Amino acid sequence: MLFGQGGGFGLSLAFFFILVVFFPFAIGPNLDLLSKVAPGTLWVGALLACLLSLERIFALDFEDGTLDLLVTSPIPLEGVVISKAIVHWLTTGLPLVLLTPFLGVLLGLQNSNVIFLIISLILGTPALSIIGAFGAALTAGMKRGGLLLSILVLPFYIPTLIFGAEAARRGIEGFETQTSILLLLGVSLLSWAILPFAAASVLRINLR
Amino acid sequence: MSFWEYANPVKFLKLSGSLLPYVSILAAITIIAGLSWGFFFTPDDYKQGATVKILYVHVPSAFVAINAWFMMLVASIIWLVRRHHVSALAAKAAAPIGIAMTIIGLVTGALWGQPMWGTWWEWDPKLTSFLILFLFYLGYIILWAAVEDPDTAADLTSVLCIVGSVFAVLSRYATNFWNQGLHQDASLSIDKEEHVADVFYYPLIVVMAGFVLLFVALVLLNTRSEIMKRRAGAIMVRSGI
Repeated sequence: MLFGQGGGFGLSLAFFFILVVFFPFAIGPNLDLLSKVAPGTLWVGALLACLLSLERIFALDFEDGTLDLLVTSPIPLEGVVISKAIVHWLTTGLPLVLLTPFLGVLLGLQNSNVIFLIISLILGTPALSIIGAFGAALTAGMKRGGLLLSILVLPFYIPTLIFGAEAARRGIEGFETQTSILLLLGVSLLSWAILPFAAASVLRINLR
Repeated sequence: MSFWEYANPVKFLKLSGSLLPYVSILAAITIIAGLSWGFFFTPDDYKQGATVKILYVHVPSAFVAINAWFMMLVASIIWLVRRHHVSALAAKAAAPIGIAMTIIGLVTGALWGQPMWGTWWEWDPKLTSFLILFLFYLGYIILWAAVEDPDTAADLTSVLCIVGSVFAVLSRYATNFWNQGLHQDASLSIDKEEHVADVFYYPLIVVMAGFVLLFVALVLLNTRSEIMKRRAGAIMVRSGI
């Protein structure tokens, strides 16, 4: 269903691609330099691409009344939030991860180093989705929700971004990565443990 | 008599109205006394010279900035649990003061960092996490402004404040992990070893007390004006303006 609704899925992927391709234009065609900033570029790109598609998690369902039906349905609202976030990850996070090896080549990453980026993105992007679902729940039903959503959500992305990009950078520079990967996983699991409840309570407030 | 009695807006207005002048005057006296003690009657630091005196503004503002968020967290929880409007409005009232203190902390820090570290800004964990705190304040204030219905706004911002606290603490430790710092350790802590020297310590305590009193006075003032604004709104609705 999400694939059909006006191409929100393809858009964020295309945005990620374009953003990463534009970095060399800005920084210059020096592959050594590019490979140094590659983890950060890919992480920030993934984060912004994720942000782009967040508004669609609840806004459409809020407008046409689907959300009211979901609230009255026997599934707990927390479950609805979790499934929405999983769908968001499958349609945004996962494709981004799959696209990463190709973009890694463009940024001059060694083949053996791309694996660190893939691991950190696989572990980190689920956190981006559930945090985003919380933000989308906060701004569901607001007229100019999109910009507000970005401002609210971005500070929440800081721990994920720090640990994720750090894991990738350490891996590429040949340091041990275990600590940062475990911390990244911790942030992801913590987000998935607490945010469905917060998002569901916020949705109930917005639907009052 | 219970503390919760003052959750009634009328009682709160009465109490805060009688407290406000005293708290304000006390705040003014302690800040002026503490700052003049600190600025004019303490020696220069043997290494840092006169710049050490930025301490008297920097530390108290940073202290209030962090604790204002903590106060907002407590007020938000009280609002969600007991539904006292005064509590929600107090949280709303504290946010602009908190963000102002954060900015003062960042700016005085930059002014101090330039002569001492040779740079206005460094991606040090303490500096970075203060910048992050600023972002959280910003989101909180913007969300208050964006929601029209006051009760919905209070609910949403309270949840944002609680969840934000978790992520602010996470960010604090993430920045610790991310970069080793230039910033000195706590100026004030239970552990006497890392304290600033006594000469600087006593005036600092006075200024800190002054800043806390100033914060209390400003929160009372802001909360009062929020309550009155809401009353004025209710009167306008009732009389059909």
